[in-house]
Amino acid sequence: MQERQALGGKVLTVPFKVCAAIVLIALFFLGKRFIFGIGSVTNMNDGYPWGIWIAYDVVVGTALACAGYSIALIVYVFNKGEYSPLVRPALMTSMFGYTLAGVSVIFDIGRYWQAYNIFLPWLSNLHSVMFEVALCIGTYILVLWMEFAPTMLEKFKADKLKARLNRIIFVFIALGILLPTMHQSSLGTMMLMAGHKLSPLWWSGFLPLLFLITAVVIGYAAIIFESLIASVAFKRPMEMHLLSKISALMPWLLGIYLVIRIEDVNLRGYLPLAFEGGLLGNLFLLENLLLLSALLILAYPSNRRNPQLLFIASCAMLLGGSMYRFNTYIVGFDPGTGWQYFPSVPELFITFGIIAAEVMAYLWFVKTLPVLPKLTKA
Amino acid sequence: MKIRRRDFLKGVAASTLLLAAEQSPVQAKGARKELPPNAVGILYDSTLCIGCKVCEYACKQANNKPVEHGSPSEPMWDDPQDLSAKTLNIIKRYGVEGQKDSAAGFAFVKRHCMHCIDPACVSACPVSALVKNSDNGVVTYNKKACIGCRYCQVACPYNIPKFEWDSPFPEIVKCQLCSHLLAKGGISACCAACPTGASLFGPVEKLRAEAKRRLAMQPGEYYDFPVADINGTEVQQHRAGGYVSHVYGERELGGSQVLYLAGVPFTSIGLPDLPEDSYVALADGIQYAIYKGMVYPLVVLGGLIYIIRNREDKKE
Ligand code: SF4
Ligand code: SF4
Ligand code: SF4
Repeated sequence: MQERQALGGKVLTVPFKVCAAIVLIALFFLGKRFIFGIGSVTNMNDGYPWGIWIAYDVVVGTALACAGYSIALIVYVFNKGEYSPLVRPALMTSMFGYTLAGVSVIFDIGRYWQAYNIFLPWLSNLHSVMFEVALCIGTYILVLWMEFAPTMLEKFKADKLKARLNRIIFVFIALGILLPTMHQSSLGTMMLMAGHKLSPLWWSGFLPLLFLITAVVIGYAAIIFESLIASVAFKRPMEMHLLSKISALMPWLLGIYLVIRIEDVNLRGYLPLAFEGGLLGNLFLLENLLLLSALLILAYPSNRRNPQLLFIASCAMLLGGSMYRFNTYIVGFDPGTGWQYFPSVPELFITFGIIAAEVMAYLWFVKTLPVLPKLTKA
Repeated sequence: MKIRRRDFLKGVAASTLLLAAEQSPVQAKGARKELPPNAVGILYDSTLCIGCKVCEYACKQANNKPVEHGSPSEPMWDDPQDLSAKTLNIIKRYGVEGQKDSAAGFAFVKRHCMHCIDPACVSACPVSALVKNSDNGVVTYNKKACIGCRYCQVACPYNIPKFEWDSPFPEIVKCQLCSHLLAKGGISACCAACPTGASLFGPVEKLRAEAKRRLAMQPGEYYDFPVADINGTEVQQHRAGGYVSHVYGERELGGSQVLYLAGVPFTSIGLPDLPEDSYVALADGIQYAIYKGMVYPLVVLGGLIYIIRNREDKKE
């Protein structure tokens, strides 16, 4: 069994305090939102009913939080136990990412006090993709906390409880693989219904598949990114052997993605749109060039052992994948009635607040809970 | 909502294809929906509309909606610029240059819910707050169920549902074909108010036939046009305008219960060119192909539990 340790050290550092300040500002705007309505703090409107709270916090945010899902896929399904040291930190980021996405949904939905209606069987609409996504994400948040629970129980020395939980944990691990597969692809299916309102550079029958692949790609990229940053920030040795091994998978995934993505637009006859020089065309190109550059870097084994290049490639994947998702929900969406949307400052601050809360929780947890692998040299 | 047999069969048929490969739009196409037995709707004839906006006023009266000042510099009277949470029905004027059939160079269009035969909003709503009446096909809203997620707004191809952005307890607002008046045996307020018969209420089958009759008219000749209710008695004589030979809403995205006739191309009065298959059928087809009524996920879950349990056992 892999040994883990809490890093210890002061929690109230400068970055922690900066984050706390951002959270406070966000709380102020949130108060306004709940008293005066969503229109009082955001620029969302009847043409663009969804803004960054959905497109970033949920659609991109949960993909960034697919670290846990992606790592569980190789550890459990492909039975590669050697990656287990990456499981706990990945699970933890997933837990925060998903929990906060769930929280921002509550800020976003207009009639939040009736949110429980989703769970009332007589109201459920099995035809609704939103229903499936909401139910899956809701359940997955619970599953993530259960999967992470052993870590907290270790800290509190609740060994009996931990043993009992460990006996049934495989159910949660299995759900933890099934549920993201379902809702991450459904996040793509969701925009199928936007039909002619979504630019043909993004609207496609392949939306579910492309969303699923980007979730996995972003998930792995997040693991690499987070692990490299954590090594530098906490002055720990890099887990290069594992990271370079994982990244050997990426050229394949990216290759499959890019072939489907480009060929789908091409077959539908819209590829010329990409080269017309408009905003949408340029974003389409940028999105795919970012992913292509990651593919080219990671295709060479020597590059995969180089921390700098690995870091650049992971950034390119994070950006390219996130852009694909963001563009599908906002930039490529045009209701065609003259409506425009650009997030307002308070709206942005609420999103920043959520990111800041996530960073704070991460810092606090790695310092106080046994999350990161124990260093053997001591 | 129950999984109907047809949907189930659709899922079974689709699931014979491989998960990833089957996601091509052509294969995943779902079945077309039928018109409900007693479907009622509105036929709006742009060539008869004089732009008086009496229907806008009548709609606000019938549905308790406040006046709206679209141009704040002159807050004199109700002048909405578009549909909104305060305006369920709007008459818009479009300038149409070089069109010989609209003498003054413009055409009117009336916008409100189309009461689609396969409504995207109903399919989108996670909590069945929007439902389509199985008898008269009217699409209504239930605020007690709604969670305010606004997926209906994203999904509606005509941008009809509106949201109360400035309320702490917002609702979705849209035309419900005056279902409260229909329940009392009446007709929609906008049609009852229309002085020329440009907005005509009635059973959809009859409205379709009426639209076809108008398309066959000789431009310039006088004909009888029913006013307010196609089943009513009031009739006016009008000179037939030249129609674009298409009934908008008969086939668009599987059809709707609100139909349009116009003397100018529909795209020039803001009605988008749409395919005949609804996006709903497409999305449904794909969802069912993947999930096959939740059978696949359960099978996969079983498999995963088996694999992981084996692995954990070996570890010990
Ligand atoms: S027009 Fe829009 S709101 Fe009306 S029934 Fe169709 S999808 Fe629903
Ligand atoms: S906003 Fe309300 S009515 Fe519209 S889809 Fe969401 S829950 Fe349904
Ligand atoms: S049917 Fe009723 S609610 Fe709908 S536009 Fe006409 S008057 Fe308004």
